[in-house]
Amino acid sequence: MYDFLISPFVEFEFMRRALVGAFALALGGAPVGVFLMLRRMSLTGDAMAHAILPGAAVGFLVSGLDLFAMTVGGIVAGFTVALGAGLVARLTELKEDASLAAFYLISLALGVLIVSLKGSNIDLLHVLFGSVLALDDATLVLIAAIATISLLTLAILWRPLVLECVDPNFLRSVSGAGAPTHLAFLALMVLNLVGAFHGLGTLLAVGLMMLPAAAARFWARDLTAMIVIAVAVAVVSGVVGLLVSYHLGAAAGPAIILVAGVLYAVSLVLGPVGGLRRHLVPGRHLEA
Amino acid sequence: MAAALQFRNLTLGYDRHPAVHHLTGTVAAGALLAVIGPNGAGKSTLLKGIVGVLRPLDGAIEHAQVKKEDIAYLPQIAEIDRSFPITVYDLVAMGLWRRAGLFGGISRRQRDEIEKAISAVGLEGFEGRTIGTLSGGQMQRALFARLLLQDAHLILLDEPFTSLDAKTISDLLDLIHRWHGERRTILIVLHDLDLARAQFPETLLLARQAVAWGRTQDVLTAENLLKARQMCEAFDRHAEICETDAA
Repeated sequence: MYDFLISPFVEFEFMRRALVGAFALALGGAPVGVFLMLRRMSLTGDAMAHAILPGAAVGFLVSGLDLFAMTVGGIVAGFTVALGAGLVARLTELKEDASLAAFYLISLALGVLIVSLKGSNIDLLHVLFGSVLALDDATLVLIAAIATISLLTLAILWRPLVLECVDPNFLRSVSGAGAPTHLAFLALMVLNLVGAFHGLGTLLAVGLMMLPAAAARFWARDLTAMIVIAVAVAVVSGVVGLLVSYHLGAAAGPAIILVAGVLYAVSLVLGPVGGLRRHLVPGRHLEA
Repeated sequence: MAAALQFRNLTLGYDRHPAVHHLTGTVAAGALLAVIGPNGAGKSTLLKGIVGVLRPLDGAIEHAQVKKEDIAYLPQIAEIDRSFPITVYDLVAMGLWRRAGLFGGISRRQRDEIEKAISAVGLEGFEGRTIGTLSGGQMQRALFARLLLQDAHLILLDEPFTSLDAKTISDLLDLIHRWHGERRTILIVLHDLDLARAQFPETLLLARQAVAWGRTQDVLTAENLLKARQMCEAFDRHAEICETDAA
């Protein structure tokens, strides 16, 4: 048991680093994911994850696999697309989902093209699927800083953010906090995606945000409980995913996301709140 | 009598098309005013303009006596995301926003107020339920409890009685008349003409422009209603720029 669960982390430093990284991604990303889901922006997160790629790729083109350049590039690209898609939706007839789809396809193609100009296939794999087993100190500090900023910002914005989701017109009638709150939330999403990009790559960055959130929906009716459960699911996915990857010799990032996927599937079937269980085991009706 | 609200040649709209066109008039403090008109007449738009959600294309709304924070607004129920996991208690508590703001705590006395508001609308026992589990009438009661807590001088209600049963409507009307007795100013968007005649002394008949405004029985005549219907059907996608000056 000890050999199986603990010793991989005791013996290997890269496993410990990966574990810390996964924890930080879980703490920052899962709560943001819950709000994305409740605001019906799940696919927005996915599209935004791709949108980061060309920025990071330009950073890569300029200075190779450099943390700072790729992070700045990713953040700039993320904000540009988030604001651009929002503007296109507001100023034209195209709906936001369609304009996001357009933006993300362009971004993904552009990003892969730029990386392939200079890098090898290994670099491309690194960019697309991340390298959670090769996190250096600077990257860990970055991811941890993003998690800290996320939690603090969410604590500060909690009240207007919740109200903006439920009843935006009411919020606008009592306060001007609506638009800044929305922007701050988009900023949090971009930051977390950039952090996740380093660990999990473009294609899987949203995984630790959306899958735990979707799983938590089936266990809790209350927002706070939902967020706690989402973080727990993300943390468990990180630990179990790393162990699976260690023992099977499989890629770590996909293993983490797959474990989250399994937890999601289990929640879907067994979760007490609005899951499949009520169809499988209907139960007799109650008195009142 | 002091004016709570003044519309001066007010034009509100979307994408340069007016939804409320050259409206001029005064709402006295303490008035209980029904706003009536066909679909697309600009009733909801007018309320959004008063709250400040929508900016006038032209003209102005003046509410010198009433501060912006002193306006309570009940949007149409369809504009609220009822699948969001928030409890009745938290929804009602948001009525304290003006006093608690972004970060302020909620005192024990305010907790009492929240409970009193919830029981005033007959929702005791529902505090911990999420709003997704409420019926339409229960949801509207919860929103009225939030209005109670807002304790505002100017109250704007957008179709508060849509698809409610008689008992709920009469309970909510009691609240409205209580507010009226406390000299609050109330604007209420309605579709039910009989209800307006029976319950509301003053009516504004709106069809983008004001068709008539005054005592309810003088406003809701067959002639005026026909006029309102005809005025609203004329929407022109290729409308020219409006050159009408202040009326």
